[in-house]
Amino acid sequence: MQTYIAKRLLLIIPTLLGAAALVFVIMRVIPGDVALLIFGGDQAGHIDPKQLAAMRHRLGLDQPLIVQFGTWLWGVLRFDFGNSLWTGRPVVEELLVRLPLSLELALAATVVSVVIAIPFGMLAAVRQDTWVDYVIRVISIGGLAIPSFWVGILCILFLVIWFGWGPPLEFTPPWVDPWANFQQMVWPIVTVGYRYAAVTTRMTRSTLLEVLREDYIRTAWAKGQRERAIVFRHGLKNAMLPVITLIGTEFAFLIGGLVVTETVFTLNGVGRFVVDAVAHRDYPVVQALVFLIAFSFVIVNLLVDLTYAWFDPRIRYR
Amino acid sequence: MATNYALTHATATAELAPRLTVAEEVAKFVRTKPLGAAGAAIILAMMAVAGFAEPLAPYDPYRGDYGLQFARPSADHWFGTDEFGRDILSRIMYGARIALFVGFTASFAGCTLGGLLGVISAYYGERLMDILLAFPQLILALAIASILGPSVENVVIAISIPIIPRAARVVRATALSVKENVYVEAVSALGASRPRVILQHIVPNVMAPYIIILTAQLGGAILAEAALSYLGLGTAEPTPSWGLMLSGSAPSYAEKAPWIGLFPGIAISLGVFGFNLFGDSLRDALDPKLRGR
Repeated sequence: MQTYIAKRLLLIIPTLLGAAALVFVIMRVIPGDVALLIFGGDQAGHIDPKQLAAMRHRLGLDQPLIVQFGTWLWGVLRFDFGNSLWTGRPVVEELLVRLPLSLELALAATVVSVVIAIPFGMLAAVRQDTWVDYVIRVISIGGLAIPSFWVGILCILFLVIWFGWGPPLEFTPPWVDPWANFQQMVWPIVTVGYRYAAVTTRMTRSTLLEVLREDYIRTAWAKGQRERAIVFRHGLKNAMLPVITLIGTEFAFLIGGLVVTETVFTLNGVGRFVVDAVAHRDYPVVQALVFLIAFSFVIVNLLVDLTYAWFDPRIRYR
Repeated sequence: MATNYALTHATATAELAPRLTVAEEVAKFVRTKPLGAAGAAIILAMMAVAGFAEPLAPYDPYRGDYGLQFARPSADHWFGTDEFGRDILSRIMYGARIALFVGFTASFAGCTLGGLLGVISAYYGERLMDILLAFPQLILALAIASILGPSVENVVIAISIPIIPRAARVVRATALSVKENVYVEAVSALGASRPRVILQHIVPNVMAPYIIILTAQLGGAILAEAALSYLGLGTAEPTPSWGLMLSGSAPSYAEKAPWIGLFPGIAISLGVFGFNLFGDSLRDALDPKLRGR
């Protein structure tokens, strides 16, 4: 087991390096120049080329790409992601301001979705092709079909019209004022949680359906076991592996992938930060964010793989 | 020792099961998969609206009328008008074209390329796909969209690239098991080249997961187009795209004219809902493990 974990931890390095290199290249390929943008963009008229060159030099953009990449990597090793080219503040500092909000949203949405998805997915599988199954499937397919930003717009629409409530501009962390935090976060959490629950419900249903057709389930029925014991003890535990994988990967992407929800609810989270950074060609910020998301993705993946052994004792890692 | 048997022509007495006509096949599908049939009906309706948008749409989707800004839904304008006085129903009808075009081309391109890569990587390792999978999908699409600039074709490219690793992973899993079949070993032993083995013997046998992932990605691609357009990186004004109709004006006029944001959202949801329902039932029908008892 220890060897396995060590091996997996070592494998993280090439994956992260690959993702870092990819985003480094993509950001450099995008037309647009941060130095030019700082001076007011392409429409700024006459910008002194000397000033522009000085700005590029100050930002370190005049060095060869490989040197820039090396400098950046060396910084990452010391947990220094550089300064934002746009605001001049350290990237780590900028991220720490936004991370609590995104983490809270991702965690709460995951909890909401798991609490909803697993019981309903089970119910749909156990009662396949009955009206219960149809209702659950229609609601869960609806969750995939309805764009989350539209649900957000509708939420705000009703809240504004009926309660005169508008989304606040400042984020209140839960440890400062839990009630204010709840009021602010409950709708985004519901919006994201519904979509996420829909995905998980479908996965639970289809994997449980597969498992319930296995021979050992038929044996359990033949032995006269009760339905509850069969579904929970023999069915669910064996059906959980793909479901856990899905929950894990979706969670990793939730941290940075909620651009649209954050835009609708004017939340100052990591997702919006990415979009702004891409628009500003703020290389260090985009690189740090992609690195962060890829890192959480591989870590979550590793944790998911390790929980497999608990769910399925046949799995032994070497 | 050879023995001569008298050859007699026996006549089978059992009657053949009558061959189902197309109408009966459809009736059977509707009976056994009612949700799938509902999905197919939605898709067909959407295609019909997209195909016959010119005769069906009551107004020109591009022409504004400043005397008719924010008109409420009425007999003249069923879904009301937007901030430029353009008829929302007509824009939704033309928007179905963009949605279907982006949905079909992006998922077809992404799944086909991904499927081929999946089959090839069943032979040659998988590290590249791991890197692409660890890469946040939306950021990839955002980056590509901002490299290429807003236009319908660029949206297709931006959406199809993140589909590639997903399709590759699914197809690869099947290809790995197909590869182990004895007939593949047999053609290899007969001296068939590797490209020939892959194209003639592996590819036809991974078509089922390919079709499943293709239909699964269709709805997702339509949603992605809406999200990109909503963020201002998809199709550009004045193209009638459903996502674009929800961006900018819809939230800011939420109190004054809620219909601007309401109907395009219903259109997106209904379209994606149709594709998902159909895809789901198709998967249930094609995957023997999921068939009803």
